[in-house]
Amino acid sequence: MSRRVVITGIGVVAPGATGVKAFWELLTAGRTATRRISFFDPAPFRSQVAAECDFDPLAEGLSPQQARRMDRSAQLAVVSARECLRDSGLDLESFDPSRTGVVVGSAVGCTTGLEEEYVVVSDGGRRWLVDDEYAVPHLFGYLVPSSIPSEVAWEIGAEGPVSLVSTGCTSGLDSVGRAVELLREGSADIMVAGATDAPISPITLACFDAIRATTPRNDEPATASRPFDASRNGFVLGEGSAMFVLEEYEHARRRGAHMYAEVTGFASRSNAFHMTGLRPDGTEMAEAIVTAMDQSRITPADIDYVNAHGSGTLQNDRHETAAFKRSLGEDAYRVPVSGIKSMIGHSLGAIGSLEIAACALAVEHDVVPPTANLHQPDPVCDLDYVPLTAREGRFDTVLTVGSGFGGFQSAMVLRRPERSAR
Amino acid sequence: MTSTVITGMGVLAPTGLGAAEHWRNTVAAHCRIGRISRFEPDGYPCRNAGQIEGFVPEEHLPSRLLPQTDHMTRLALTAADWAVKDAGLDTGDLPEYAMGVVTASSAGGFEFGQRELQALWSKGPAHVSVYQSFAWFYAVNSGQISIRHGLRGPSGVLVTEQAGGLDAIAQAKRHVTDGIPLMLGGGVDGSPCPWGWVAQLTSGRISSTEAPERAYLPFDADADGHVPGEGGALFVMESAQSARARGASVYGEIAGYAATFDPPPGSGRPPTLGRAVELALEQAKLSAAEVDVVFADGAGTPELDRRESAMLRDLFGPYGVPVTVPKSLTGRLGAGGAALDLATALLAMRHGTIPPTANVRPAPEHELDLVVRPRKTAVSTALVLARGHGGFNAAMVIRKPAGPEGKGGPC
Repeated sequence: MSRRVVITGIGVVAPGATGVKAFWELLTAGRTATRRISFFDPAPFRSQVAAECDFDPLAEGLSPQQARRMDRSAQLAVVSARECLRDSGLDLESFDPSRTGVVVGSAVGCTTGLEEEYVVVSDGGRRWLVDDEYAVPHLFGYLVPSSIPSEVAWEIGAEGPVSLVSTGCTSGLDSVGRAVELLREGSADIMVAGATDAPISPITLACFDAIRATTPRNDEPATASRPFDASRNGFVLGEGSAMFVLEEYEHARRRGAHMYAEVTGFASRSNAFHMTGLRPDGTEMAEAIVTAMDQSRITPADIDYVNAHGSGTLQNDRHETAAFKRSLGEDAYRVPVSGIKSMIGHSLGAIGSLEIAACALAVEHDVVPPTANLHQPDPVCDLDYVPLTAREGRFDTVLTVGSGFGGFQSAMVLRRPERSAR
Repeated sequence: MTSTVITGMGVLAPTGLGAAEHWRNTVAAHCRIGRISRFEPDGYPCRNAGQIEGFVPEEHLPSRLLPQTDHMTRLALTAADWAVKDAGLDTGDLPEYAMGVVTASSAGGFEFGQRELQALWSKGPAHVSVYQSFAWFYAVNSGQISIRHGLRGPSGVLVTEQAGGLDAIAQAKRHVTDGIPLMLGGGVDGSPCPWGWVAQLTSGRISSTEAPERAYLPFDADADGHVPGEGGALFVMESAQSARARGASVYGEIAGYAATFDPPPGSGRPPTLGRAVELALEQAKLSAAEVDVVFADGAGTPELDRRESAMLRDLFGPYGVPVTVPKSLTGRLGAGGAALDLATALLAMRHGTIPPTANVRPAPEHELDLVVRPRKTAVSTALVLARGHGGFNAAMVIRKPAGPEGKGGPC
């Protein structure tokens, strides 16, 4: 019999909210955390808005050496990992390190730290043969971003399977999906898994400017992220991290852990179409959704909520609307669908895990977050996107999806656990 | 549970363009470590690398792919083509979602990235390439390979430094076990540029020895670090049943695999590579005595070499199993290193020869049966080890296919 996997702890660092409680308040209030970029002067760039975290590593409890050697992406991951561990009630002393693993998803790894150091060793881009004497000692950890799961594993004392998953913007779904697979096959009993990204840096802005993927709505930063709205014109870059404690069901039950949700299905497919483009019919995302539903032994009628990728590009919004219709049929018109990128932007690899957190909290609290800034839906996007205001209800079975550069399409189903000890 | 077998390989390494050339040069111990030629290394304290010579991308890839790909992605796309061809597959003719690809990455298309960083910081945002958003990132090889071959099944990308090649192959195997008919998996890496080089140097593990053949000497008393290299290998994997059904010839079976993670330095807890080996052997239902050869990680730094030889002594006894480090010819290839070792191990089974560790005089303290000259012997079971910077360990056990379908016999 196949092992079951439940989420027993959640940790979040998000724009406008450090910690799960603040995160959930922000989302359910429909507040947005997008603003004019404050980390550096964005004036030279086409898109000048982002969803930034007000995050101070020292105030969040990292030591000065940790703060120095870790890129911001790793800092966010370690802080959210600490929170999920506290939330799970797991006693660090009591679990078996060899049966504990870590998976962190990240699309662009330590890109911010790399760029900062590049500017120094190249003397502002003047030298091709960059100067090794100005290199910081932890630069190798920025080069190869498996340094991020290393930091998390050291933090919690994991000695089982540890890895970084980097599948672009589906990294945060795929990392949790991988952790679920490792638990199911018996390679671990506890996985701390999630994702992080801190991409708000000049090179990231420039590369999305170049393909006009990000919004130029610089005059209205607070309402710049508008998935499914007729006026949307690109995504808003974000940052953040969400991490989870995932456990084999019996392991969690035995210790009387609170279970937020069971991960019952996960699948990923590739569109094999274009590195940044999407097939308009949403075929591969639909296939991932159907596979995840099959694994969960459910039909579209069972789905109570869909957390959309909802990046706010015309291409995406139409692609996934088509994918929902293709996979859920008539039920696509019944199910509430919302996009939290409208509030916290698109944190690339991290967002998939932040969206899983939103799904688990929706199951827990009987309310789903809205799609903010949705006043006039694109006529092609004709589903119920929960505009502006959170909606109460009972959400036993929820679906979350992701879509990313490289053509990756992922889908995950979470369900209310049948028994809960809390 | 059906077993997963390897039916195709694409090898691109300093030792050769293609598996045949790689094997010839590996058995002949032709060391391909040399002075860096892709940029002027004079100003840097370490100047050797394992580089691929004679690779002309235009000969292998359509011209429209060239502006949008980093050097390492061109290598990966070519290796993927070769693996698919070697497996006798026509990827234009696959059922929907029948094949996926999992690759390991370490630094992405870093040379491409350095050019764009320079454009941004010296000229401004308008000068950054429209391809930068995907040409450098870690997922680029899986993405580009999936597009080129129409692979719409599950795909993935793992980063665990040098352990990545084995971890990606194991993830691909998982998909085969779950019922995906065919998978491509492995790692190809290496994007030598000054910016990446300077970042490599900060690992503190790069040898500064000037003479190329003395720069990477795993298990030698003179070991003083390693040499980075480029290249790797990709494999076609499928269930034994599927291979039989389509009459594919089989290199070997992936019989066992495990990954573990070392506790942080100073914790007082022991390293965990040995546990990965035990778990992999257990999965393969084999005892240590049944292992014919170990392809060691061979870090090339005294402390890490000591740790590995202590583990091998513990599990196999002193001089208890033939051990080899053919990457002494190529340097350590990042995400491609362990994948290349797996290719070499499969070829060793096929040819009945353990390839040598080049240039090394094994230090007696390790008590290893280090193979320093090609050794003719039947190889039915091989263990491949990999360690990634930061604590990553992976161990994979492969087994020679039984019966006539194997790519066996001398050639």
